[in-house]
Amino acid sequence: MMSEAMTIRGTRQLDISKIRKDFPILEQTVFGHPLVYLDNAATTQKPVSVLKAMDDYYTTINSNVHRGVHHLSQLATDAYEDGRRKVAEYINARHTHEVIFTRGTTESINLVAASFGKKFLKEGDGILVSGMEHHSNIVPWQLAAEERGAQLKVIPIDDNGELILDGLDKLLEGVRLVAFNYVSNALGTINPVETIIAAAHRQGIPVLLDAAQAVQHMEVDVQQLDVDFLAFSSHKLYGPTGFGILYGKEEWLNQLPPYQGGGEMIKTVSFEKTTYNDLPYKFEAGTPDMAGSVGLGAAIDYVRGLGIQNIQRAEHELMEYALGVLGDIDGLRLVGRTDAAHRAGVVSFLVGNIHPFDLGELLDKQGIAVRTGHHCAQPVMDRYCIPGTVRASMAVYTSREDIDRLAAGIKKAAVLLG
Amino acid sequence: MTIQEQQEEIIADFELFGEWMDKYEYIIQLGKELPLIEDRYKTDENLIRGCQSRVWLHVEYREGKLEFTADSDAVITKGLISLVIKVLSGHTPREIAEAEITFIDAIGLSSHLSPTRSNGLLSMVKQIKLYAVGYMAKSVKQ
Repeated sequence: MMSEAMTIRGTRQLDISKIRKDFPILEQTVFGHPLVYLDNAATTQKPVSVLKAMDDYYTTINSNVHRGVHHLSQLATDAYEDGRRKVAEYINARHTHEVIFTRGTTESINLVAASFGKKFLKEGDGILVSGMEHHSNIVPWQLAAEERGAQLKVIPIDDNGELILDGLDKLLEGVRLVAFNYVSNALGTINPVETIIAAAHRQGIPVLLDAAQAVQHMEVDVQQLDVDFLAFSSHKLYGPTGFGILYGKEEWLNQLPPYQGGGEMIKTVSFEKTTYNDLPYKFEAGTPDMAGSVGLGAAIDYVRGLGIQNIQRAEHELMEYALGVLGDIDGLRLVGRTDAAHRAGVVSFLVGNIHPFDLGELLDKQGIAVRTGHHCAQPVMDRYCIPGTVRASMAVYTSREDIDRLAAGIKKAAVLLG
Repeated sequence: MTIQEQQEEIIADFELFGEWMDKYEYIIQLGKELPLIEDRYKTDENLIRGCQSRVWLHVEYREGKLEFTADSDAVITKGLISLVIKVLSGHTPREIAEAEITFIDAIGLSSHLSPTRSNGLLSMVKQIKLYAVGYMAKSVKQ
């Protein structure tokens, strides 16, 4: 074993069996079989350190933040703001106040769609999304477009599940904002974000990146990407559920009107006039999720402890292994790319004429958790003229044994259904 | 056979299966064997929406009884549907409306009746009951 040893590429090999011990939920049986959890694109499991940090928060310092003069409130505020600092460091934001806490990716996108739409969208304007978006990055823009008389435009995708960028400059004409995902939740495609951001910026158009399927798999540096807005969820990054991030460049966030009104987001209130608080509080109405921030902070510590580049390498090697093993199964066809290049976390596939739901059910009976259906990306399924796929998605604790069990499970199900 | 007797028969059949695989093999076989619905009735109107697997349900009222035919693009769902039809089809609207469906739970497939599972079985049972209540109301008026 070369575990923990440094390699020439500057990354170190992770010891997956050791990592698995950090995730107690994995040590259980489902229908008499050891659990194989391959639904990580839906949500990841939480390491003990995250659970403990949240437990400690509630056990020792829980208090409302930014309000009380008392000791506990100060400790809670420090803990809450420490989470923000960790997020800012993790994505390399220039300023900590460029990190806004939300309930998740969906709320982050809704915030920008509503506030940006109110301020900048006019009749006849365009919003450009891609053909492989999650519904969360389609519907908020449709709502904003409908309200302002704007139009939704779409970057098409090819058979390989990659964006077609040939006509991009033309598509960008009349567009006010571009919103697309870093990594597709349905296909696993890693999109050429730098190219698209550069093309949009050449025409002075801001870009929102949905990084919900990216931040857990690779390094995301908002300054290097020069992205204007970036959204992701805590629960897909080994953190607690119901908590998420909106990053925005200071100059953009300062221009946007508040999203919701309430406590925390104000400076002064009278019935005649309310003045709003500074960033980031302008966008954080009401008592926030303190434990969420603490938990996400602990999750980021965990990921950084392993090293995101080491995680990326381990997952890439596992992806190559999975594509090899699955590719050997009779009748199995991958939806999207067939190789591991430009792909992260997700393998979407179909077997013969078997309905994904039937396959998913028989995998479940063997203790294998996958997702079936359209994965909240119906336009992608329409593009391939299929009702849905079976999706196996990985995390840092996914082992080769998990992949072997998946392959054996598919073969067994195919015999039953064939 | 009454609805209750039919359910008891299915439960007794399933008691013979030791392993989950045998149970599913049987359900899948039922799904494959039964051409449940005529193609001309597989219309959008007869499609039960909101399901991961598509389910079509067609109803005919004959001599005071409701006859159901149905189909699905997922074979496990189709097998379960054929059991539901076996139990409920060919009875009066009142019998169907008042029937309590217990066999799915009893054969250990209750997860199929969970609303979150969205595989169409629950929607189909609901739709059958709705038809029955509808025809009951109609016959009262007449």
